Amino acid sequence: MADLAIRNLVKRYDKTEVLHGISLDVEDGEFVVFVGPSGCGKSTTLRLIAGLEDATQGEIAIGGRVVNNLEPKDRDIAMVFQNYAIYPHMTVRKNIGFGLRTAKMSKADKEARIDEVAGILGMTDLLARKPSQLSGGQRQRVAIGRAMVRDPAVFLFDEPLSNLDAQLRTQMRLEIKKLHQRVGNTIIFVTHDQVEAMTMADRIVIMKDGHIQQVGTPAEVYHKPANTFVARFIGAPSMNMLSGTVTNGALRMASGSTLELGDNLPEGRDVTVGVRPEDLHPGDGPALVRGPVTVREPLGHETLIYVGTEGQEVIAKADGRTPPQVGEEVTLTAAVDTLHIFDAATGEALR
Amino acid sequence: MTATEIRPTTDALLKTEAPKKPANMGQILRWMLLFLGGVAMVMPIAYMISTSLKWPHEVYNLKLIPDEPHIENYTYVLEDGRFYWWFVNSMIIAVITTVCNVIFDSLVGYTLCKFRFPGRYIVFIAILSTLMIPTEMLVIPWYLMSQQFGWLDSYWGIMFPGLMTAFGTFLMKQFFETVPDDFIEAARIDGLNELQIWWTVAMPLVKPALAALAIFVFLGNWTAFIWPLIVTNSVEMYTLPVGLSSFGDEADVAWELIMTGAAISTIPTLIVFLIFQRYIIQGVVMAGLKG
Repeated sequence: MADLAIRNLVKRYDKTEVLHGISLDVEDGEFVVFVGPSGCGKSTTLRLIAGLEDATQGEIAIGGRVVNNLEPKDRDIAMVFQNYAIYPHMTVRKNIGFGLRTAKMSKADKEARIDEVAGILGMTDLLARKPSQLSGGQRQRVAIGRAMVRDPAVFLFDEPLSNLDAQLRTQMRLEIKKLHQRVGNTIIFVTHDQVEAMTMADRIVIMKDGHIQQVGTPAEVYHKPANTFVARFIGAPSMNMLSGTVTNGALRMASGSTLELGDNLPEGRDVTVGVRPEDLHPGDGPALVRGPVTVREPLGHETLIYVGTEGQEVIAKADGRTPPQVGEEVTLTAAVDTLHIFDAATGEALR
Repeated sequence: MTATEIRPTTDALLKTEAPKKPANMGQILRWMLLFLGGVAMVMPIAYMISTSLKWPHEVYNLKLIPDEPHIENYTYVLEDGRFYWWFVNSMIIAVITTVCNVIFDSLVGYTLCKFRFPGRYIVFIAILSTLMIPTEMLVIPWYLMSQQFGWLDSYWGIMFPGLMTAFGTFLMKQFFETVPDDFIEAARIDGLNELQIWWTVAMPLVKPALAALAIFVFLGNWTAFIWPLIVTNSVEMYTLPVGLSSFGDEADVAWELIMTGAAISTIPTLIVFLIFQRYIIQGVVMAGLKG
């Protein structure tokens, strides 16, 4: 086990810069998830940590040792790939034991270690099988086993669940989390799925266009998003974004209503008001939004309603039993302390 | 009602549900073409075996079934000491060349496919461009080289031009493209060096290509004629095709003996094909990837 430190990491491919000097500290035993849309640089960062690519600038240290000039095998890491990369011509036992080929251990110790890992992953009965005789979830477990067998300082996971079906993904998510609680190694996990990030991570690193947007616990990034990108990216359905202006210390919404925020916001500033669908309801309070219901999505205990306003659609949650009808004019309201205020120009959070 | 009573009814139902479609003209034409193609393929082999069972005076009689079939030709060829020499020569040359091609072509193909280095594309194009030079043009330079190095009339002289081929390199490079980089990177993280990765990870994943290459190279060398004919002088160094062509005397070619030798010499190629063909059918590469 070890901590991981990244300092001003830059990666360029010819003239294209894909990582613009990112820095991050990961504590020993921490489960950190990198999340972001395609092309945000999360996988590149992982590959730089693994040593599969060379950093253009900056420093990567694992357990206090700078590893920039070390080969992947000397970095004390193990990686689980999106496509599993388990060797089809080898049995499960050989696949799991593959990482021990170069280890200075007796054959008996190696076999014992493979059996131990197979036991942890519940694969003891499958050791003699070839990958073609395994299901997707079992193959994924073999890939994890091959990484575990070497007991690395840092585990790297590159979107390992994205090829599994929804049910299996939920199951494997839980298994990986349990595994982390059991073995306690530092884990860096890359995904584009914010649900995976929220459910598994101790801390989430949200990336966009080669920059880190925010680092924080799942609760922090959900409740205190640093900017509109994070606010929209985390949470499903996405946060609603409405425009407003700060006038006389109060928030004047495009719907015409005025909300007393009680915060010192810069006077006259155009702002974006973010409100999560679960915080927005039909009601009698100050109107954030007024408009007709365009679509209803009943979920049983509640109903998602889409309300057309200001040339956009806002999503709100209504009661599951007596939701408004399609076409009905509704007033949507939210508690003032659930509102997120962002600078309209920069997108940065103002409170 | 018993099962035996039901069966005729079911059969009748099946017949009425799926009536046989009458063959249309296009289908008939396709079958005809296939049949003609089949005949064109089989006839030379049939005539080879037929001729090997004929007496010399029957050879120019184009009857497929000989009047008096006999195996005297086989006895003669197998008892002729030269045939064994040629067989052994051909075997040594074809086996060594095949092994060398499988190793060298895949090494170069793998390097060109999986490593990024300056000039990689130029090297690849240079190798590919040699495919356009006909063997006939190369024979004289090869001969002069062999002469200068003292390789004339030796195994090394016969083998050296074919130990590595541009076609094999191209074939292997294309197949290594199908091996996902994840496999190679995973092995790199697991601590293997590049040569170990090539041998233990990449090579088993391209077994079908290796089998195809082995068949091509073995057949090519087993049947090679022009270069072995030019580079060998002594009868002991002849390969099978060169040796067989020397049967008979200056006045008359002994076709029945040549065909007998040819028939015997097809046996190893059949064995090679039977051994390797199953690897071609196996689609090994994809099995370790997402399900």
